Amino acid sequence: MRPHDILLPVAAGLCCKPGGFHIDPVRPVERAVITHGHSDHARPGHGAVLATQETLDMMRLRYGDNFAATTQAIRYGEEVRLGDVKIKFHPAGHVLGSAQIAVSCKDLCIVASGDYKDAIDPTCTPFEVVPCDVFITEATFGLPVFRHGDAADEVKKLLASVALFPERAHLVGAYSLGKAQRVIALLREQGYDAPVYLHGAMEGITRYYESRGIALGELRLVKGMKKADLAGTITLAPPTATSDIWTRRFPDPVTAFASGWMRVRARARQRGVELPLVISDHADWDGLTATIAATGAGEVWVTHGQEDALVHWCKARGLAARPLDLVGYGDEEENEVVAADEAET
Amino acid sequence: MNRFAELLDRLAYEPGRNNKLRLITAYFRDTPDPDRGYALAALTGALSFKHAKPGLIRDLIMDRTDPVLFGLSYDYVGDLSETVALMWPKGADGHRESLLGHPSPQPSPARGEGAQLSAALSLRVSSKATATALSVPSPLAGPEASEARSRGQGEGYHTGGTNNGLRLLNNPPPPTLSEVVVTLRTLGKTELPAQLARWLDELDETGRWALLKLVTGAMRIGISARLAKTAAAALGDKDPHEIELIWPGLAPPYLELFAWLEGRGDKPVNRDPAPFRPVMLAHAIEDTDFASLDPADFIAEWKWDGIRVQAVGGRDERGHMQARLYSRTGEDITNSFPDLLPSLHLPGAIDGELLVLRDGRVQTFNVLQQRLNRKVVSPKLTKDFPIHLRAYDLLGDDENDLRELPFVERRAHLEVFVRKLNDPRIDLSPTIAFDSWQALIAARADPASAGAGEDADAVEGVMLKRRDAPYLPGRPRGQWWKWKRDPHIIDAVLMYAQRGHGKRSSYYSDYTFGVWTSGEDGEQLVPVGKAYFGFTDEELLQIDRFVRRNTTEKFGPVRHVVHEPDQGLVLEVAFEGLARSPRHKSGVAMRFPRINRLRWGKPPREADRLETLERMLKDVTAN
Repeated sequence: MRPHDILLPVAAGLCCKPGGFHIDPVRPVERAVITHGHSDHARPGHGAVLATQETLDMMRLRYGDNFAATTQAIRYGEEVRLGDVKIKFHPAGHVLGSAQIAVSCKDLCIVASGDYKDAIDPTCTPFEVVPCDVFITEATFGLPVFRHGDAADEVKKLLASVALFPERAHLVGAYSLGKAQRVIALLREQGYDAPVYLHGAMEGITRYYESRGIALGELRLVKGMKKADLAGTITLAPPTATSDIWTRRFPDPVTAFASGWMRVRARARQRGVELPLVISDHADWDGLTATIAATGAGEVWVTHGQEDALVHWCKARGLAARPLDLVGYGDEEENEVVAADEAET
Repeated sequence: MNRFAELLDRLAYEPGRNNKLRLITAYFRDTPDPDRGYALAALTGALSFKHAKPGLIRDLIMDRTDPVLFGLSYDYVGDLSETVALMWPKGADGHRESLLGHPSPQPSPARGEGAQLSAALSLRVSSKATATALSVPSPLAGPEASEARSRGQGEGYHTGGTNNGLRLLNNPPPPTLSEVVVTLRTLGKTELPAQLARWLDELDETGRWALLKLVTGAMRIGISARLAKTAAAALGDKDPHEIELIWPGLAPPYLELFAWLEGRGDKPVNRDPAPFRPVMLAHAIEDTDFASLDPADFIAEWKWDGIRVQAVGGRDERGHMQARLYSRTGEDITNSFPDLLPSLHLPGAIDGELLVLRDGRVQTFNVLQQRLNRKVVSPKLTKDFPIHLRAYDLLGDDENDLRELPFVERRAHLEVFVRKLNDPRIDLSPTIAFDSWQALIAARADPASAGAGEDADAVEGVMLKRRDAPYLPGRPRGQWWKWKRDPHIIDAVLMYAQRGHGKRSSYYSDYTFGVWTSGEDGEQLVPVGKAYFGFTDEELLQIDRFVRRNTTEKFGPVRHVVHEPDQGLVLEVAFEGLARSPRHKSGVAMRFPRINRLRWGKPPREADRLETLERMLKDVTAN
């Protein structure tokens, strides 16, 4: 049996014929297996959905109770049989509930990693290397210029700025699912115990994180606050909101953005970011290459991001590698859309 | 070096002047001598060492990385220093891109790769991981989850690729800014590559970026020397003018200066033979001001469209003449105009306008611009763009300070001084004869017939100076007035809007506007300029609202705003001048365009046409 007899990229996503399911399908399918709750991977309208409890909960939060006909929760390390294949979920370290999916058929094992990171994150279960024959890796930061460093240092930078500009508000753009909660947890690790303010669009998901036992300290909504009272505070908001009318309620805001993209100056300047914080929920170049090596896979499929560089790197090391032309994934934080009613709150 | 790099990094993103000042002042406060002094030198452009060529940097990175990966990365980042700073291999064994440089996340026990290293790493991260577990309870319930978690801790997962632990063991500490500057000054050319590579190994990403910017001499972070000095002055609550006055006598790392600013030492004495003197500036005159002014109290001159400079000559201890040229903010721009220096052969300080003169005729500012911001001043440049000084005031004559004298007396000294200089490159700014405001209004409306003759194109208005005015630093009220010519005005149509920066980042405040022209598809708008000021705060709100409600497409930060013959917003745009420009689709470039008025009632079809601008261009060139 060859790898692409097990998993094959089609228009709807990665299709597993012998198992009768798609992984992270971008179109409605009968049976979907979903790696994590970000909207480019977890879409509504499928027949049956298999995912971790957290991912299912996040989908319900975003799309309502009827996001799928039936759902089934699976835990890390748990194995289920679907058709002729066995699948097993492993932690991906990307966001709460994120998983890599190992698909085995006979003696061949393929791991679809979804999005992953190998860096410490106090808000989710750490990444685990899964030995396999074929490794499907993302490549969001698949260029050797992307090295993300220690996120704690970036949060220290934010706190130093708050100390230097106590009369200004600090507005941190962060993706609502995962990044925002991680930034808050990192602030708490640095001993910051003042209330952290939230854009209305983040409340639901952040409260969900808290309900899963992740302590985030005192959180308040920006809505209803007086401008002057926001001086010296830190507010988390979806990236698109940090450059919109919504920001006019803050006193002389310092615009920060927590993202792996902030590593490249032109990207930060293009967005008008004054305080770039290099905090990524994706593996950086060193993380991608180290992980590929550690899986022991002889073949690597590269998807969403800078495929060329990573494919080149693999080939230079004698690994079979090819880009997977899957469309519809990636750059979730660039494209996060805040509903109009939420933006006004 | 890393602290200085952090400062540069932050400054590169900060749009607000006051915030920049605070960042720099905070750095001066927290950083010891001599590092802060070298930082001040770097920010004021006072550091001198032979700069590394980009080719050398490229060679260094090519030796250490895969050329294909470098190519893809450089394409993506678009800046050589930044690309190299980001992809420079880590650790002392940087030549090899191996797992040792960046340990594997959780090597599978089954395969055992990198197991040894993983053990070493787990020592380093374990304390942190424990703290994490304490402050944030496990996100997952159930025995399986806690097992997964403890496994994670036991084996140790690394923190996004940093290897501080390894660095501490193997590498020397990163260089200080002082080390870098002092070493670069004495280093031979052949030793430079190896030294640079050593530093790049020792610094973090931001440090490497700053180092490369420093050694290639391409800082470009939007900090003027004046701003850096103002930030230093704030350290001791001093007036930045005081620093300007003593600056020419100071040298990096400015120990004396910082001692004085911190109240630990006396004010340094400027022993410079050709020091800068703070300049006197004019207020813009309003129509209502004339009623209270008497023409007999004033002398009028043409306002030349050049650059305000102070040209100073003096004798050093050995009696040799030293000449320097300063901008109006006190920046030393001597090196940009070597062709003027021989003309400054008498001790004295002239306040005047720098112009380009060809065959005795003053050229427009567009021509003068060719001489500005040049790194290398070639003989061809000085020949094609001959520099000239038009003198209008004399602040010092030999040893005498003339600034207390009334303007008429200084003017008399100036006339004698210029005559003594007897140099074709320096002449006297002519006065305009007038006996009533009416006569001056006529002269301003038609400089060519009022004495400016063929140079009228380079006149941007008139200056009024009180006969009895002493030379006062700053912008004293009621002494000097500037009265600019009326700007050119056109009606243009708003085409695109872009969000501003800093305080304006939530407003669409940068506007691209166009005028009509006949194209292949009939009547169409062609962009002729961009403006981001001139409007009031209230008008900004109105335009912002208009942009948001009338966006037809978005391209990243740019909004395409409706601009049809019957739909759109007409802007009255004022500008100072027009030049041909092959870089613009319309073929013209405006100088100093700004939004003069919003013409809500005017349909876009009635806005101006490109032919109108082309006619203005012809009028200018025909004169």
